[in-house]
Amino acid sequence: MSKKHWIIIICISLFVVACKKSDIIQEEIDTFLGFQKPANFPETSYNFAANPVTKPGFELGRALFYEARLSRNNTISCGSCHIQSSAFTQHGHDVSHGIDDRLGTRNSPPIMNLAWNKAFMWGGGVYDLDLQPIVPITAHEEMDETLENVFKKLRLLPKYNALFKSAFGSDEINTSRFMKALSQFMVMCVSSNSKYDKVMRKEGNTSFTQAELNGYNIFKEKCGSCHKEPLFTDGTFRNNGLSLSPVKDQGLYTATLLTSDRYKFKVPSLRNLKYTAPFMHDGRFLTLDAVLAHYSSQVQHLENLDPILNQNGKLGIDISAEEKTNLIAFLATLNDETFINNSSLAEQ
Amino acid sequence: MNKLSIKLTLLTFWTILLLASCSKEDSPVPEFEEKNLAPFSVEFDNIVGDRTLSFNNSATPYINAKGEAFTISMLQYYISNIKLATADGKTYAVKQDDSYFLIKSADKATRFAKVNVPEGDYTRLTFTLGVDSLRSTMGIDKRTGVLDPASNGDHDNGGMYWGWNSGYIFFRFEGNSNVISDDVNGDPTGKKQFKYHIGGFGGYSAPTINNIKTITIDLTSAGIAKVRKDRQSNVHLFVDAMKVFNGSNSFKIADHPNVMFSDYSVNIANNLSQMFKHDHTEN
Repeated sequence: MSKKHWIIIICISLFVVACKKSDIIQEEIDTFLGFQKPANFPETSYNFAANPVTKPGFELGRALFYEARLSRNNTISCGSCHIQSSAFTQHGHDVSHGIDDRLGTRNSPPIMNLAWNKAFMWGGGVYDLDLQPIVPITAHEEMDETLENVFKKLRLLPKYNALFKSAFGSDEINTSRFMKALSQFMVMCVSSNSKYDKVMRKEGNTSFTQAELNGYNIFKEKCGSCHKEPLFTDGTFRNNGLSLSPVKDQGLYTATLLTSDRYKFKVPSLRNLKYTAPFMHDGRFLTLDAVLAHYSSQVQHLENLDPILNQNGKLGIDISAEEKTNLIAFLATLNDETFINNSSLAEQ
Repeated sequence: MNKLSIKLTLLTFWTILLLASCSKEDSPVPEFEEKNLAPFSVEFDNIVGDRTLSFNNSATPYINAKGEAFTISMLQYYISNIKLATADGKTYAVKQDDSYFLIKSADKATRFAKVNVPEGDYTRLTFTLGVDSLRSTMGIDKRTGVLDPASNGDHDNGGMYWGWNSGYIFFRFEGNSNVISDDVNGDPTGKKQFKYHIGGFGGYSAPTINNIKTITIDLTSAGIAKVRKDRQSNVHLFVDAMKVFNGSNSFKIADHPNVMFSDYSVNIANNLSQMFKHDHTEN
């Protein structure tokens, strides 16, 4: 072989090696990481052992989440009332706006960090994420459909035959697979990249401003017992002293019939408040100022009022105007732009 | 062959036949062996007082103890966790996954709970009216067949699953009565409908109402179940829907036309455990 030949061979080999290397990099980018627990988050509650998140399972769940066929007349998807740009809530609606312009009685809660949730719905009643989607699908004011009919509609579509096959090994569509796929998508809706998270994880040189830091200290003193870090909810149900709503929603009581649960609602997370107004279970407060005004001066002494809001014969939380300004500055550090812009969570 | 020998042969033949037929009746009770399974069924024969169950018979309605005339449009309930016991105290619980049945009175085929149990003579039958609390909290994988939330239709058409308050409706009984008012305390749609959806398994974490009923039936007076491989032993029960109203917590339809997940459901659930009566056993 001549010298020329050798050079050509070496060049080709180099080229092949280079190709391989770039392939590996490409693969790494494409590799689906599955569910990743953020370093500053506690252990999850969701049973991942029974439903490990896979790429095809997640993709099927995402397709189902944005599938309007889940509703009776194919007009409403999960994503209709859980809009990503609003941190998966229905921004601007006090109560959810469902099929045939029907209105529900409660504010659409965010699909966010659900893997850490033990109870679902503002008033409880559902304690397993895999059973949660049945509620909106069958609710008269939301999707007004039956699971059986949803499955019938999906079975007619080659798209779902293929998606179910790649997620679960065959194209059979049943309740278990359907619910598990939806759960796989929902648990992946993790919001953990707010400024607060970066400060806590000491990422880069991120630090709080003085106002944010002051707000954080006030938060820890006056809010953090119920809105527990880092999820900013302790997952419990409490009566936070709201006056009775016109529909007299009794909250957790409806699900348990225990008088000690009357008017208790789930403590919501404080993450992403910038995108999720209005606030409270019935969306009665349009701004954070209104929420803070409630806690400082409008707490009602109703049955089962949380003792924290009734100390030393004084209702509510003592918060000065300056403290409110600092609190709002701190709460803004909980907004997570990467969450609402995460393209993998968007309708494809 | 002479006449005598023919007679003798015939006699022997008849004796053998007689003995053979006797031996079926008196066959020794097989050794109780957990793996030696044979078919067994419980038949849920729905009746209403001293009449058979028919739907929407408005010309000849049923009349409860309070004198209220009513008709029935739907009756269905879960039966689960079937257990049998022999006179000498041996017990067998049917494998859990195979022990859930939905008895729908509109579908005659569903009136049998068919299971397999070891060969033996059983004197006591136990089952659950409803779905046990453990199964009521299991993952979606374990909710198949009659427990599939997607099966049995929607809430207006025979659905037996409460989505908003995860759990099953154990007993669903609907019908009509002219005693029902047209206002919010009765049926505002004017259809004079009563609805009893009785459920409640005790709650996931905090204790809530528990309407699961364990029914135990002594088989000794109306016929023990002789379970053998070569036959179908069937315990035939009468299930008296009239007991919903006429049980020990007797009530007026007019006073409680709609009872679902509420404290009053506990009273009705207690009546439900009085519905079952052993009529006979087919062995």
